[in-house]
Amino acid sequence: MSGRHLFTAPARKAAIAPFLWMLLFFLLPFGFVLKISLSQTVIAQPPYLPVFDPAQGMAALKAAFAALSLENFRLLASDHLYVMSYLRSVAVALISTAILLAVGYPVAYGMSRLPARWQPIAMILVIVPFWTSFLIRVYAWINILQHDGILNKTLLALHVVSAPIVWLSTDTAMYIGIVYSYLPFMILPLYATLAKIDPALLEASADLGGSRLTTFWLVTFPLSLPGVGAGALLCFIPIVGEFVIPDLLAGSNSPMIGQTVWLEFFTNRDWPVASALAVVLLVLLLAPLLVYERMQRRQLEGRR
Amino acid sequence: MKQLSRFNITALALGLAFLYVPIVVLVIYSFNASRLVTVWGGWSLRWYVELFNDAAMLSAAAMSLRVAAVSATAATILGTLAAVALTRGESFRGRTLFSGMLYAPLVMPEVITGLSLLLLFVAVNAERGFWTVTIAHTTLTMCFVAVVVQSRLGSLDRSLEEAAMDLGCDPLRAFLKVTLPLILPSVMAGWMLAFTLSMDDLVIASFTTGPGSTTLPIRIYSEVRLGVKPEINAICTLIIGSITLVIIAASLVSKLSSRQGESAAPL
Repeated sequence: MSGRHLFTAPARKAAIAPFLWMLLFFLLPFGFVLKISLSQTVIAQPPYLPVFDPAQGMAALKAAFAALSLENFRLLASDHLYVMSYLRSVAVALISTAILLAVGYPVAYGMSRLPARWQPIAMILVIVPFWTSFLIRVYAWINILQHDGILNKTLLALHVVSAPIVWLSTDTAMYIGIVYSYLPFMILPLYATLAKIDPALLEASADLGGSRLTTFWLVTFPLSLPGVGAGALLCFIPIVGEFVIPDLLAGSNSPMIGQTVWLEFFTNRDWPVASALAVVLLVLLLAPLLVYERMQRRQLEGRR
Repeated sequence: MKQLSRFNITALALGLAFLYVPIVVLVIYSFNASRLVTVWGGWSLRWYVELFNDAAMLSAAAMSLRVAAVSATAATILGTLAAVALTRGESFRGRTLFSGMLYAPLVMPEVITGLSLLLLFVAVNAERGFWTVTIAHTTLTMCFVAVVVQSRLGSLDRSLEEAAMDLGCDPLRAFLKVTLPLILPSVMAGWMLAFTLSMDDLVIASFTTGPGSTTLPIRIYSEVRLGVKPEINAICTLIIGSITLVIIAASLVSKLSSRQGESAAPL
């Protein structure tokens, strides 16, 4: 008798605790977001109505259900500010992902061409900043980009500019911060697929008369597309909801959706509108999230 | 055909410089004697001394360390269990939902996760503070642990634990005596990743914490909003320094274990 079948059943039992945890602390909370997005704002604690109180019995529960309304969603659709905030978030995420691909691809390609014993070292060098605090990395750029920071000083000393440039509170600073923070997320999946490409294929292409550029476009690049997709999703989805980077580096005139949720929640204390904003953001991200989830599953569970 | 063109070297060098120069600048300026962050006044440890007199910063750091230690430990246990179920459990009911719930938080915008957890805590009238932040961080970081451990388990030879069971081990003993020692480096890497992610998190902690329980990133964030301060450079340098030490220790551990015929990646 093989041990395989004996091991499978207890292994399934191992799912119970994490499964219940995620149901309770990941899935169930979305129910509360949805419920409160359909509620009304009041000045109270908690600041929304209706509040479900199971002690009051079924009739009260029914009345509470009847009080739910789509009012907040109507507000989101009609207010120019919210619509602009969503559009800006998606635009920023698309542009950032494109820059990340353009910056990350050559680096990942260079890594995959290194001699085999250098590759793990290059990988650790890319991973280390990823382990360093997000907030610190954004703060590091405030150091550099401030009015009399090192970037302006260098540019002035080199006579590239005659007066200091305003970097902070601009979109340029925000894009620098995003690209800097997410670069490891782009490089690592790209490198993983590029390193797996069989060198014999490249040799075959060269033997058949392909130039290095032709070989790259016709062999290497198509084979690296799964890595491009993984890196792009890994960056695009969280960037759409990014809060810290635009808050610290971009100007305040057109907030991204993460900032708007934060503002509605913490400053305006309008929990129902913040929840409605989060629901719409989640619906917006559902398609890329599902694609990403499938990719993860294939990558981690496909090789069983 | 593996040759390094000048283009490749340039791309690599520029990419790594882009990743490291900002951190190096920040570290150097933490030793600046001048109060003006942009004027170099010579080397000094004065901001580190000031930091150790900043009671609010110290208590925030203590709070963060406690949250990170507890949540990383819980996340490592739950994440490892999840990885075992997904790689060894074959198919079971709810498997798709289970793996979906584990992979989604990896990319889910933090404002959504933070807001939804807060609304749950408010609905059940939980007192917000240490435990709510710890639960929130456990939920987020156990997914990272699960992925790290899962990729190791997936490449592990299953015949080893099958052999242990054919020789009379019950499943639990086979796991504890055979599987767990083999995946231990990635379990430890998972714990360290969970710990640093928890130490790093601003958004989820801001939503789920209560008055009086400020974590280090929340404290740093409120200072950073007001501009660059040399004390902040000093605390950031301390954080970067300790993370670097941990990574060096981790790669030494994985090197030691790889000498015993085992491979372990730091991530």
